[in-house]
Amino acid sequence: MSNNILEINNLSVSYGGIKAVKGVTIEVPEGSIVTLIGANGAGKSTILRTICGLEKTKTGSIKFLGEEILGKPANYIVAKGITLVPEGRCIFPNLTVLENLKIGAYLRKDSIEDDINYVFSLFPRLREREWQLAGTLSGGEQQMLAVGRALMAKPKLLMMDEPSLGLAPLIVKDIFSIIKTINDRSITVLLIEQNANMALQVADIAYVLETGSVTMTGKGRELLEDERIKEAYLGKKKQ
Amino acid sequence: MKKSRTDMIFNLSLVALIFAAVIIVENIPGVNPMLSTVLKKGSIYALVAVSMNLLNGFTGLFSLGQAGFMLLGAYTYAVITIPDSAREKVYMYVKEGSAVSRAWFDNISNALHMSEDVSKLLIMIIGMLAGGLIAAFFSWLIGLPVLKLKRDYLAIATLGFAEIIRAIFQWDKLGPVTNGSNVLRNFPTFKTAVFPLTVSALCILFIVLLINSTYGRAFKAIRDDEIAAEAMGINLAHHKRLAFVISSFFAGIGGALLAMFQNTLQATPFKSAMTYEILLIVVIGGIGSISGSIIASFLYISASEWWLRGLDSGKFLFIESPAVLRGGFRMVVFSVIIMIIVLFFRKGIMGEKEISVTRFLKLFKKKDEKNKEI
Repeated sequence: MSNNILEINNLSVSYGGIKAVKGVTIEVPEGSIVTLIGANGAGKSTILRTICGLEKTKTGSIKFLGEEILGKPANYIVAKGITLVPEGRCIFPNLTVLENLKIGAYLRKDSIEDDINYVFSLFPRLREREWQLAGTLSGGEQQMLAVGRALMAKPKLLMMDEPSLGLAPLIVKDIFSIIKTINDRSITVLLIEQNANMALQVADIAYVLETGSVTMTGKGRELLEDERIKEAYLGKKKQ
Repeated sequence: MKKSRTDMIFNLSLVALIFAAVIIVENIPGVNPMLSTVLKKGSIYALVAVSMNLLNGFTGLFSLGQAGFMLLGAYTYAVITIPDSAREKVYMYVKEGSAVSRAWFDNISNALHMSEDVSKLLIMIIGMLAGGLIAAFFSWLIGLPVLKLKRDYLAIATLGFAEIIRAIFQWDKLGPVTNGSNVLRNFPTFKTAVFPLTVSALCILFIVLLINSTYGRAFKAIRDDEIAAEAMGINLAHHKRLAFVISSFFAGIGGALLAMFQNTLQATPFKSAMTYEILLIVVIGGIGSISGSIIASFLYISASEWWLRGLDSGKFLFIESPAVLRGGFRMVVFSVIIMIIVLFFRKGIMGEKEISVTRFLKLFKKKDEKNKEI
């Protein structure tokens, strides 16, 4: 398949001798939603951080639109069209909502007016709080801001690290419906989740990670029906 | 957008008003000479405090090298601008004599038939710029290894750098340039407070414009969350270095102004105590507030040079201070005041806010609404 926007081949990452990711191979087709699910410490976040250049490693390869991006600095990778929504939101608390959005478009030189309006149409709550310091927003609003900020970079591939972390179930639903809306705009989404149920429902393709290796791959809906997945992640009791 | 424009007009007119007041005060004979001292030293410290705030308050880099960069600026200024006719006397304790000459400038100045005033002003500006550039160059150099450190480690490394610089400048072997540990003097200086105020105002204006630009936004993003900033495509190393170099450039210019203010120059006062003084001003004014730093520096200088000096000389707030308290008690009172501020007003005078006329007006509006409700 040549229409993969991102191809990760045999990627290994270690933190001071401890291997967090052991030879992972992942393909992300253009225009799809792909999810990585797995328990704590499975290496999900490490993979995302390595893709966008925050983590360095030498073994394996990451190809984005056919170009090797492993070992490139983060600003180069963001300029190429990959943006990360970091775990735990990581908005800039002492900047206003509008300033946060402008930082998202930092590497762009064209006009950003339309994109700000687009983000505000996705999240009307943010428009009301345009001049407010981001640190004073509620958890859900901060997550919306983090997603909006990432969209400001006009990414081709949007990566989200646990967008449902610490949010009320209703807001989690909102966030996931937004992910669908974003995807309809032909932005590919790579999603990490502990909330396997939600993630598998929206995902086209899912990868299951266990202690640094991929143990299962399949369509989202299919995995949702899989007995082993049900036992391990969806809370079905063993018989 | 409209909001910031009214603020800008208000601030500019405020600055113009202060300037007018200063010019009037300077020209009235018999006015308290302390006022003039406070205006001069206050404006210099305001510039240095704002430059430190750019680094510590806006970029989140806790650096304590300010005195070192000021020293670089001050010495560069003095060494470049001492007239050749005075050099022999100034460098009299150095066997080799002065290794630097400003003949190149005098030649140009003579060739262009500049008047003495213009020539003096020009060499002062050249000297200040050179001081800033040398400080900036050294900060770039030291920044290469040091900026990889974080928080306290960065503070310790920059503090060490400043001490090393001071020691090097007192080194005998560098006598032909720095005059060793002897005093440098006879360099051109200013007479009225208008000169340092103008220079500080221009430099601070530049820093304010920088902070409100996209670069400034990137600095603040780095301060708030380094990882998120990097994930947004901000080149951390590049922006940290930029903030460091710009801050040091203005510290260098501040150092040159301080040399002019003191008339003579020696490396000894540029100790870590000077850095702490400036850090204190930044903290009192509010970390992350430009107007806070400016207000605090004038308050601090007024208190240390003027208001509390009465404790030493015998008269304090129209009360005769007892003889026991004379000689040094001023510093005790001063330290107590500072402790109170740090303990109870931790966000400083301004917090992270700036003086803003629109916010001020809003305050009144809110009060009106409240009154109506009642």
